[in-house]
Amino acid sequence: MKPAPFQYVAARTIEQALQLKAEHGDEARFLAGGQSLVPTMNFRLTQPAMLIDINPLHELAGLGNGPAVRLRIGALTRYRSLERDPATARHLPLIAEALPLIAHPQIRNRGTIGGNLAHADPASEMPAIVLTLGGRLRARSAKGERWIDAADFFVGALTTALEPDEMLMEVELPKAPPRSGACFMEMSRRRGDFAIIGVACIVRLDEAGRCAEARIGLCNAGDGPVFAARASASLTGRTVGSVEIGEAAKLVQSDIDPGGSIHASKEFQRHIAGVLTTRALARANERARGAA
Amino acid sequence: MSTQMHAITVTVNGKQYSRQVEGRLLLSDFLRHDLLLAGTHVGCEHGVCGACTVIFDGAPVRSCLMFAAQTDGHRIETVEGLAADRDHLHPLQQAMRDCHGLQCGYCTPGILMTMKVFLEDNPNPDEAQIREALSGNLCRCTGYQHIVEAVQLAAERMRK
Ligand SMILES: Cc1cc2nc3c(=O)[nH]c(=O)nc-3n(C[C@H](O)[C@H](O)[C@H](O)COP(=O)(O)OP(=O)(O)OC[C@H]3O[C@@H](n4cnc5c(N)ncnc54)[C@H](O)[C@@H]3O)c2cc1C
Ligand code: FES
Ligand code: FES
Repeated sequence: MKPAPFQYVAARTIEQALQLKAEHGDEARFLAGGQSLVPTMNFRLTQPAMLIDINPLHELAGLGNGPAVRLRIGALTRYRSLERDPATARHLPLIAEALPLIAHPQIRNRGTIGGNLAHADPASEMPAIVLTLGGRLRARSAKGERWIDAADFFVGALTTALEPDEMLMEVELPKAPPRSGACFMEMSRRRGDFAIIGVACIVRLDEAGRCAEARIGLCNAGDGPVFAARASASLTGRTVGSVEIGEAAKLVQSDIDPGGSIHASKEFQRHIAGVLTTRALARANERARGAA
Repeated sequence: MSTQMHAITVTVNGKQYSRQVEGRLLLSDFLRHDLLLAGTHVGCEHGVCGACTVIFDGAPVRSCLMFAAQTDGHRIETVEGLAADRDHLHPLQQAMRDCHGLQCGYCTPGILMTMKVFLEDNPNPDEAQIREALSGNLCRCTGYQHIVEAVQLAAERMRK
C-alpha cells in the first residue's frame, strides 16, 4: 500500500503548472488536497508519472465577489475555510448545510472544492450542489481560458469536460436571492460516509407567495450529479404544499437512475430519493416563506 | 524511473529536521521510519481510520494522505510533542488515562491530535459536538463512551 514512484514538482506559479500539464497531459496530475487522489495512489489504482503540487499557489484559494450577484470560489479553497467564512452561510446556504456532511473534519482541513469538482465522484455532494445552483467553472490551460456551465462540466462518473492540459481555476455561483430558501439532506450509513442519496433543493417565491422557481438536484442518483428538470419545473407558478411536493418527489423518483450497491439497492435508493426530496422541498419552502 | 530526492526542512514538535526524501514517501512513513517518531500510527492508508492524524500548520490532517515532500517549510505536531515530560502528561492524555479512554491504544494518538485542536477551538463542547469531532477516528476497542468522557474531563480541567 505505497504509491508507485512518480516525479514530484511543487508548482511555483500557475503558468509553470500549466506548462508542465501541457507537456505531460494525462501522465501528470495536479495535487490539490490529495484526499481523493492519494488514497487511489496508495492502492496503486492510480499511477501518475508526475504530480504537480498546486498547494503553494495561494492565489488559487479564497472566496470573492464575481459579477453582479455571484460569488467566486478559488479551486484551492479548502472545505474548512468555506465552513469558517460567514459569507458561505449568508450567500451559499446549500453549501453551508452540506459541508458538515462531507467526510470528516481532518479531511475537510485539506480537501479543496476544486479537487472535489475535478474528481467528479457521482456520490459527492458538491457537484450536485454546483449543478443545482446553475454555476459555471473557469478552466485554464497554457493556451487560454474558458468558462464551462456546470451542466456541461460533469460528463459522467469521474469524468469532466476538462481537457488534459486544463486546470480548474474557480467556480462561480449565484448568491441566494431574496424570498428564497434552500435545503440539503442526505442519508449515509455512518457520519462522514459518502451519501446513499443526497438531495439539494432551492425554492424561490414570487410576491404572491407562489413558487417562481424551484431547483432540485441529487447526488449518487446516476452516472454524475443529477438535475431533476421535470420535478423542478413542475413547481413553477404553484403554491407549494404537500400535494405539489408529493408530485415533484414522484417525478424525481422516475427521473433518476441510481447504480445500487451492496449497501443500498437501486429500489432502496429510489425510495430514499423520494423521502428526502419530500422533506428537503418542504424545508426549503418553509425557509423561503421565512425569508419573504 | 530514477528516484529523484527532494531536500526538505520541516519543524516537528518544535525541532527542525532537514532530510532528503523521495517524492512518493508518505508523511506517515517519514515520521515513523525517517524521524523514528512511531507514535503516529498507520491503520488503513486511505484516510478512513484516523490513526495517522497529525497537526499540520495548526490543523489536524491525515498524514497517510500527504507526501513528506509537501512539508518543506511547514510545522507538524505529533503525539510525541504533547506531554511536557514523562511526569506531566497533556490534560487530554491524563484524562484518557483517568477515564480508561483507551484499551489497545492504536487509535489514541490520532484521537489526541484531533481533540487537541478541537478543544482549542471549542473549550466548552457538549457531548454531541465531541462525538461529531470524533467521527473521523475509528476505535475498535472502547465503544467511544470513555473517550467522550475523557474529552469532557479534559475540557473541564483545561477551562480551570
Ligand atoms: C475518508 C474520506 C471520506 C470522504 N468522504 C467524502 C464525502 O462524503 N463526500 C465527498 O464529496 N467527498 C468525500 N471525500 C473526498 C474529499 O471530498 C476530497 O477532498 C475531494 O473529493 C477531492 O479534493 P482534493 O482537494 O482532496 O483533491 P485531490 O485528491 O488532490 O484531487 C482529486 C482529482 O482532481 C484533480 N485536481 C485537483 N485539483 C485540480 C484543479 N484545480 N484542476 C484540475 N484538476 C484538479 C487531481 O489531479 C485528481 O485527479 C472523502 C475522502 C476521504 C479520504
Ligand atoms: S492510516 Fe491514515 S487514515 Fe487510516
Ligand atoms: S483503543 Fe484500541 S482501537 Fe481504540
